[in-house]
Order: sequence, then C-alpha cells, then structure tokens
Amino acid sequence: MNCKKIVIWSLVVGALLGVTGAVYAADDMRGFEIAARSDRTDVGFGDSEVELQMVLRNAAGQESSRSLRIATLEKPDESVGDKSLVVFDTPRDIEGTALLSHAKILDPDDQWLYLPALKRVKRISSSNKSGPFVGSEFAFEDFTAIELNKFDYTYVGEVPCGDLTCDVLERAPRYENSGYTKQVSWVDQTDYQIRKVEFYDRRGDLLKVLEMSDYRNYEGIWRAHKLTMSNVQTNKQTDLLYGTYEFGTGLAENDFVKGRLSRLR
Amino acid sequence: MRIFTIFLLLAAQFLAVSPARGEEVDVSGSIELQVRAFWNDPAWIGQDDQALQGTLVSTTEFRWRSEEGNQRASLIPYLRWDATDSDRSLVDLHEAYWAYEGRDYEILVGSNTVFWGVTESVHLVDIINQTDFAGDIDGEDKLGQPMVSLALQRDWGEISAFVMPYFSERTFAGVDGRFRPQLPIDTDRAQYESSSRESHVDFALRYSHYFGDVDIGLYAFSGTSREPRFVAADDGQSLLPVYDLIDQVGLDLQYTSEAWLWKLEAIARDGYVSTFAAAVGGFEYTFYQVSESSADIGLLLEYQYDGRNELEPITIADNDVFLGTRFALNDVQDTAVLAGVSYDVRTGETFVNIEAERRFGEDWFVELRVRAFSGAEQGDATYWLQQDDYAQLSIARFF
Repeated sequence: MNCKKIVIWSLVVGALLGVTGAVYAADDMRGFEIAARSDRTDVGFGDSEVELQMVLRNAAGQESSRSLRIATLEKPDESVGDKSLVVFDTPRDIEGTALLSHAKILDPDDQWLYLPALKRVKRISSSNKSGPFVGSEFAFEDFTAIELNKFDYTYVGEVPCGDLTCDVLERAPRYENSGYTKQVSWVDQTDYQIRKVEFYDRRGDLLKVLEMSDYRNYEGIWRAHKLTMSNVQTNKQTDLLYGTYEFGTGLAENDFVKGRLSRLR
Repeated sequence: MRIFTIFLLLAAQFLAVSPARGEEVDVSGSIELQVRAFWNDPAWIGQDDQALQGTLVSTTEFRWRSEEGNQRASLIPYLRWDATDSDRSLVDLHEAYWAYEGRDYEILVGSNTVFWGVTESVHLVDIINQTDFAGDIDGEDKLGQPMVSLALQRDWGEISAFVMPYFSERTFAGVDGRFRPQLPIDTDRAQYESSSRESHVDFALRYSHYFGDVDIGLYAFSGTSREPRFVAADDGQSLLPVYDLIDQVGLDLQYTSEAWLWKLEAIARDGYVSTFAAAVGGFEYTFYQVSESSADIGLLLEYQYDGRNELEPITIADNDVFLGTRFALNDVQDTAVLAGVSYDVRTGETFVNIEAERRFGEDWFVELRVRAFSGAEQGDATYWLQQDDYAQLSIARFF
C-alpha cells in the first residue's frame, strides 16, 4: 500500500467515524436534554418528608411489609448530591434502624447506618450499589437519589405510554460498581416525568422493570406515589406505596449529620 | 422492688398525661425466651448442674415526642427473670430521659445508653454505660446510665459533654450460675475508691466527626471505672468487686474505602496502680453478592493488645488475634450469621463465638448463639470459664 492510498483510506475511515460520531453526539445531546428537563422539574423542592410502605412479594405471592420514613434535603447544585435519611418503623425488631446518605455524583456516597439494639452508628461501605436494599427488589443504587450526572444518555425514540407520549432514553451508569450495563427510561412529553425504567444486568439481559404511577402535583413538584419494581428473572416484586409528601418542613444540614441518628426516636 | 414501683408510676403518668396534650406515646417492645444448654458439668462447687438454664426477658419502650418535635422522652424498663440463678434476674431502666433539641444542640436529662466504638471483637473505648455481664458475657448488654448531657453540633464536628451523678455496679452471675470464678462474686459488698461510693460524679467529654472517608472520635473520661478489680473477702469465701477512680482518654478511627473498613480503637488509662495503653485494630472486607446471589460475605481480622499489669481489672483481650466472618443473606427475613475465633497468642487460649439470627413472619425473631472456650491453664484469664461452653436459643416476640 502506497502513501496515497493510506491517506485516502484514512480520509474515508475518518469521515465515516466523524459522521457516526456526530449522529451519536446528537442523540446523546438530545437524551441528556430530555433527562435534564425531567430532572429540573424537581429543582427548588428544598426539603421533603414522606412515610411509605414497602410491600415485598415473592414468586409464590407471599407478602411481607415494612414501613419507613424518608427525609430529603435538596442540594440545588447539580454537581453535589442530595442528603437523605431513611428510618424504619417496622418490622418491629428493626424499628429505629436508620440509613443516612450524603449522595455524591461519581464518587461513592457517604453512608452511615444506625443500629438501635446497640445504639451504634456505623459508617458503611457504599460500594455495594447493586446489593438489595433491605431484602427488596430495589438495589441501593435504585433507592438513593437519582442524580442527573450519574448517567450518560442516548435518545432512542418516542412511543405512546398510556394517554401520554413518552421519549425513550437509554442511560448508562457513569459511577463504579453498578449492577447494570444500561437502563431504558420512558419520560413523558407533557409533565416530563419518568413513567417506566427497564434495568439490564451485567450480562446485558433484562433484569427488572420499574413502573412509576399515581403522580401527584405539589405546587409544581411532581411525585410518584406508587413504584412497582418487578424482577423478570425471579418473578419477585416490591411495591413502594407513598403517603402524602410534606415540603418545606424546615429541615437543615444539622438534621443530616451522623450525631442525629441516635436522636430519631 | 422500689425502682420497679417508681417506673410503673412513671409509666402510668406518661400514659395519663400525654393524650390530654394531643400527643401520642408510642409503646413497643419485646418478650424473649432464652434457653441455654451447657454440655459440660460445672467447674465449681455451688454451681447448678442442670444442663438447661431458662430465662425470660421483657423490654417495653414508651416513647413520646412533642408536637413541635423538639422535645422527646423515653422510658424503657427492662426485666429479666432467670430460673436457675436469681442473681441473673434484673430490673433496669435502660432509658428514662427527657431531651430538648435546638437547631444545633441537645440537652438530655435522665438515664440513657451511649455507644462509642468501631471494632467488632472487643468494645474497648465504650465507657459511658455499665456492662450487664450477667446478661451476656460479650459486653454488649448494658445498663442505663443516669446523666445530664449536652451535645453541640458545629460544622467542624460534634462535641458532647456528660455529667454522670450515679454509678451502677456490674452485674455478675451468682453462686448457682455459670460464668463465675471459683469463688463467687459478692456484689452486695462492692468496694469503692471514692468515699462517695456510687454517688461519685463522673465526667466525659467527646469529639466526633468525619473527614472524607475517615470517621474519628476522641474522648476523655474521669470517674469510676466500669470494670472492677477483685479482692478476696476476709472470710476467703467470696470475691469482692472494687471500683477504682480512673482517668482515661480514648480514640476510635475508621477509614472506609470501597469494600474495606479499617478500624482502630485505642485507650490510655491512669488506673489503679499504673498508667497503661490498650488498642484493638484491624479490618473488615466484604464480598458483595457472592456468586451472583444476594448474599454478602465479610472477613474480619483484628488484633487486640492490652498493656495493663496483673493488679488492674482482668482482661481476656490482651494479646489476641480475632478472625471472623459475617454472612448476610440479604433476604426478606434478614438472615445473618457472625462467626469468629479469638486466639491468645501467648497463652493459646481460644474463644469461639457463633451468632445466627433470622426473622420469622413480621414479629418473631430467633437467634442462636454458640460459645466455646478452650486452651486455658490455671491462672489464665479464661480458666474459670473452661466448663461453660454453651448454646443459646432465644425466641423473641416483638410488639
């Protein structure tokens, strides 16, 4: 192969790469914009408190439930994660168990667990992102605050979803230790809320489907009140049934420090 | 029995007063049946030689919070009745306090439990509460500690101060019970270095915070040692606990990185006759979702050092290696097993500890513990426990 041919081939290959690259870039940009528009409908909620029931159902249909409370403090800066506090009221033997999270975007979150039997505050590893959260079908990474910049996005297309039309996005985790290769999310074009997410495991097979419904609007802030996570590989299912959210309850940084964990009850 | 009457009255008052203000008292708790099985004959004269020991434990929690949320109160009477050893029966107020919380401070008055520390094999720095040694030899059962405490939260960490006006003696098995030395411990004739005995006022000050991946705690304590020494009674028939005044500083440190937890606890104590240091340090590493299941397996390794001489209160954690594993199924029932062995590098004594637990339904909780001692010669710290290997099944109903 002479020099001239090499130059021509290089130009052809380069052009091809460039064109496909540009198409990908456009889809990435559009995907990110849709995700960002959805994420930003949430901006300015400040803080919230909510009680919820977690109903776990195995393949045979046997149910068990847990009740918990979640307090969240918004960090408006998209480069910093929100702070959250999850406290369990039932089952009774773990009543008062609490998980405090300071979410980060790409670094591991800071997390502390409070064990009421010993009154012990324990800093825990947050690299266990893909592990089940309290025996449910939700992994830690599904449950902690979903931050915009934790993912790379690609626009896939639009499909009808119920009475609405949804944009379909693929999102790939940018953080380490995720149990997923990708997620496919459905975001409606009316209220810009996520209606459904498919989770693909490390082998690339469909693992779980999350359906988010019963959206209610709190003075401009949307919240889903029913989340159903179905594991299509094990046929287990977990429902999260939320009560009424309270916003602007006056939560502050000092409510999300580890020293407070022993004062929650 | 007087204290029993007091808390019943308090409880009644609690329930009577609060509904009038439109505030709720949350009542919860558990009833637990424990059965211990010993497979060796007891070592000492006077110990009950039945293989089974039955115990009933009741914990009731009354909790109240004001409508504004800034005041709360707690009352937790704990009752234990042992069929074999009356000295193991106990009435204690694990909590009985009122607390007021401001934006960046908290004041608490009454009886409470406070835990400090990071390691698993021994709780070296934990000092506020007395250990209920008759309840469990692992040192994790505690008695409520009367206190006035003030905690201040700042950007640079939390400072908490404790004034403790009353001291509780450590509980020990009686003449009939297992887990006692050859001479029984006569807890009715405890001795104190302080002339004000259990009314000596103890102080503690602690700083706690985190810097990135490092969590740190530092404290100073001045007061009555929670650990007693023992002296022989004049008649030579029993041992008497002696509670000295001590000064102690402590440090607890944890570095958390990926699946690694690196832990260190250290103290320096001006004790009965000398000043000494002790430390325990090591790591916990967790393999998450082992072979694509939901289960986690953790490996723990800790080394225990204690520089005290033989005149100070006895410790078994003086030159020991602890190797353990934690197995968590992460299922709906929270099934978990913790198993470990401590090995004294100098004397060859070993202590094996296995704890397995699981929830049944929504309200039942079952735990199995197996503990075994071996390798001690006369004069070693665990010699008196050599016949006390046991398995304990406990079934608790929560409400």
